[in-house]
Order: sequence, then C-alpha cells, then structure tokens
Amino acid sequence: MSFYKYFKKKKSETHENRSSWERGILIFENTSEVIRGEGLLKDKGWDIRVMGPPPEIRTGCDLVIEFPLLEELNILRTLQDAGIPPINVVPVSSPLLHPVDLFQVKDFGRYLMIRAANMKLTVDRETMIIVNVSGGGCPDVPYISREMVGKPLAEAPAPRDIGHTLCGYAMQLAYDEMKRQCSQ
Amino acid sequence: MLAVIGTVPDQAFPIVSGDATLKGDEIIIGDQKFPVNRGTPALLAAAIKTSEFLGREAPFAYLVGDIGLGDGCRRLYEYLTENLKEKDFNAITLHYFQPDIKWHDRFLSAIDKLRQRPILIADAGSMYVAKMSGHSQSYDLFTPDVGELAFLADEAAPHPFYTRGFILQEEDRVPELISRVYKYKNASRFLLVKGKQDYITDGQGELVTVDGPSEEAMEAMGGTGDTLTGIVSSLIESGIDIFKAAIIAARVNRVAGHYARPTPATQVMEIIPYIYEALADILSDKKEKVTG
Repeated sequence: MSFYKYFKKKKSETHENRSSWERGILIFENTSEVIRGEGLLKDKGWDIRVMGPPPEIRTGCDLVIEFPLLEELNILRTLQDAGIPPINVVPVSSPLLHPVDLFQVKDFGRYLMIRAANMKLTVDRETMIIVNVSGGGCPDVPYISREMVGKPLAEAPAPRDIGHTLCGYAMQLAYDEMKRQCSQ
Repeated sequence: MLAVIGTVPDQAFPIVSGDATLKGDEIIIGDQKFPVNRGTPALLAAAIKTSEFLGREAPFAYLVGDIGLGDGCRRLYEYLTENLKEKDFNAITLHYFQPDIKWHDRFLSAIDKLRQRPILIADAGSMYVAKMSGHSQSYDLFTPDVGELAFLADEAAPHPFYTRGFILQEEDRVPELISRVYKYKNASRFLLVKGKQDYITDGQGELVTVDGPSEEAMEAMGGTGDTLTGIVSSLIESGIDIFKAAIIAARVNRVAGHYARPTPATQVMEIIPYIYEALADILSDKKEKVTG
C-alpha cells in the first residue's frame, strides 16, 4: 500500500445541460423507413419522436427517430425483426460518438477473458463453457449472466437475443469477439 | 442502518422491502427468497456478513425484479420517493438499476427532504445515472472498475458503451483518469476504483493504492465488485470514516478472495463465506494495515 500526493487543484469546469444524455438517434436509409419505424415503435409503447438530424450526421435523409438510448438493444431487435434496421445509431448529446471498438483480451491459460467497454466474458477453453460474466450496470446484466454462465459458448443464448440495454449490447460485442477468437 | 437499493433478475419479482438475511446461498426478505449469484444479491450478502461481524443491524433492502426493461426500476423509484421518509438510514447504497434521469432526479429530491441526509454510495447503473444526470457530486462514494472509471472520465460519454477510444481503459492510467473525473465534476466525494490495484481517493490530494493479496482470477469473476461495494457500505454505515472504510474494504475483499483460492471459473458465492474471516484478519490488525 502506498500514499502519495497526486492531485493539483484545478479550476473546475461547469456542467452543461445533460437532459439529452439518455436519448439516442436512429438513422435510416430513407424517409419511408423512418415513418415505418416510427409507427412500429410507437405501437410498442416506446417514447420516441421523429425529428430533423443534427448537422454532424446529415446524410441525405432528412428525418431521424429520437429514442431512449439505454434501450438501444431492445429497439434494434424490434426494428431488425421488422426488416427495417437503422443504418446508424448515435447519442443525441454527441452524435459523433461511436460504440467502443477496442477489446481487452486476458489469457489465463485455460481460461480466456474478453472485455468490451464495461462488460467481461470468460470462457474455459478446454470445455468451451462460459464460466463467468462480469461488469455492467444495467439490470439485464445479471439476467444475461444467469442465462449464459454454465452453458457452452456455441449453445448459450446471444446477448442480442435476451438483453435490452447498452450493457447488453456491450456484452454482445464481447461475445462476438470471443467466438471469433475461439474459432481461430 | 444501511439501505440497499437494487434489482433481482426476475421480471415477476415484486417490490420488496425489509431486513435482509442470508441463509446458505439465499437472501431472505420477509417471505421472499432468492439466490446469491451476482448483482445486488451478492452486494447484499457481503453487506450482511460485514454487518454481522460489526454487530450492526441487518441491511434494509429495497428490491424489484427487472431484466433490463426498466419498468421495475421506475416503479421502485416511485415507491422510494413516497416511502423513503418512513425510515432513518445513515447510509444508502444504490446498485444495478436502469438509468433514468427523470426518476433519479426525483429520488435525489426525496433524499434532500429527509430529516437527516444519509451517506450516498453508488455502483453500477446507479453510478451511471448519477453521471448522466450531472449529479455525481451528490454522492459520497462511487465504486467503479477501470472501464467505468474511463466512462466517468469521458465528459461526453452518456454510457460506458460510448466511451471514446482515446480515453484508454488501462490500469496504469488510473491516476490520470481519476484526475479527469474530478476535473469534469463527474466524481463522487470519494472514489474507490477496483482493479488489479484498488485506488482510493478523496479528490483532495490523497490517493491510496491497495494491491495485495492479489488474485488475478478475481477480475474475471462476476460479483467481486458487488461484494466490495457491500463490504464498504456496511463499514461506512457502522461509522467508519469513508476513506478508511474504502481501504479496509479493498483489503477485506482481496483477503476473502485469496482464501477462496479462486480460478476464473469460481462463482462469487464461493468467496462470501470468507468475508467474516477476512474482516477478522484485517480489523484485528487495522492500525498497521490501514495506515501502512
């Protein structure tokens, strides 16, 4: 254990209004898909609205759908099932942000752990059984964990099929990377 | 008394409130019982063990079933805003929860109206929404891992999923990330960062690291962060200073893990029985180990 002085007093920055931080934007190929998506998601009871896109992401289609960002995985599944997947999804607060695309891989010898964002997935390479799921903060994480741990990687349900939130989405990225690494 | 607010991964699980006890590998609250696996039940199990050791009252739990749809969390937020005033807590720990800024703000307003403001501790989704809403400074302690610390450090990211790549989530950059978290006012008063080394800071210049005993396998285990948050919550509730409690909790969690001789396949319930013994070890030798 060690003690040491680290911090220097710095002038703090003030907060911006963060009311938009829990909203995301669905970008579609064309306006027809926006209208179909709007009807579908409203019918399912989601709090969404159609709006013009922010300047950073104008791509030709002049309408986008604003939606609750945390429920991205659930909403994407609904749109994909209906055959109208969006071409991009971004946060309202910072439309140029992208999902994490860096993976941390830790080799424990018999076990392999992969982290994507805040989610970690560990597999026993001898049996190909998922032995642990760690991290995350949304309430689908303990649920996903319960459904996946103890099952073979090839047979466990995919997080995209049982998760609902951005944590579930991050878990899907770790799961995809694990499958890729284990197939090499 | 400590209150623990969180979720159970069962959509049919109703809102439940009451004293929590641990029997075998199950948490019992009134006539409800559910397994300790990971998430809030693991936090509760560790808090129960710690409270027992300290001779304190059992933690009081507010739980609801939610599998990520957020409906259960919103119902529990509403319940809390109406019922929290009925109890006196000196510490409240918020855990796995669907981030919802509107309801979180209402919850904090209810906290502000309490006769005595409790110490507020947040981990997991409750920590995410504190940052998302710009209310991190309303909290006394966050317990992020390195990935979550990078999210707190990224002033633009609304969720860890969107943490920008240049804010690398690497263990050797933790002090730099901590500094950035405070700079952008996304920190609670104290931080306990869990990882290969645990970092405890008051944001005022003191930064302590705890690195032993080291069991690398614990990084892969689901629930070891939850047990750490449970232990520190009960220590704080007992009256121990937050900074010292965080140092003690980091050591206790490591020692308990060490006694379990974990592999990456070990489940968190295999560590919880060792918390009592680890507390005895660390607290009996507290003076040397906490200040050394």
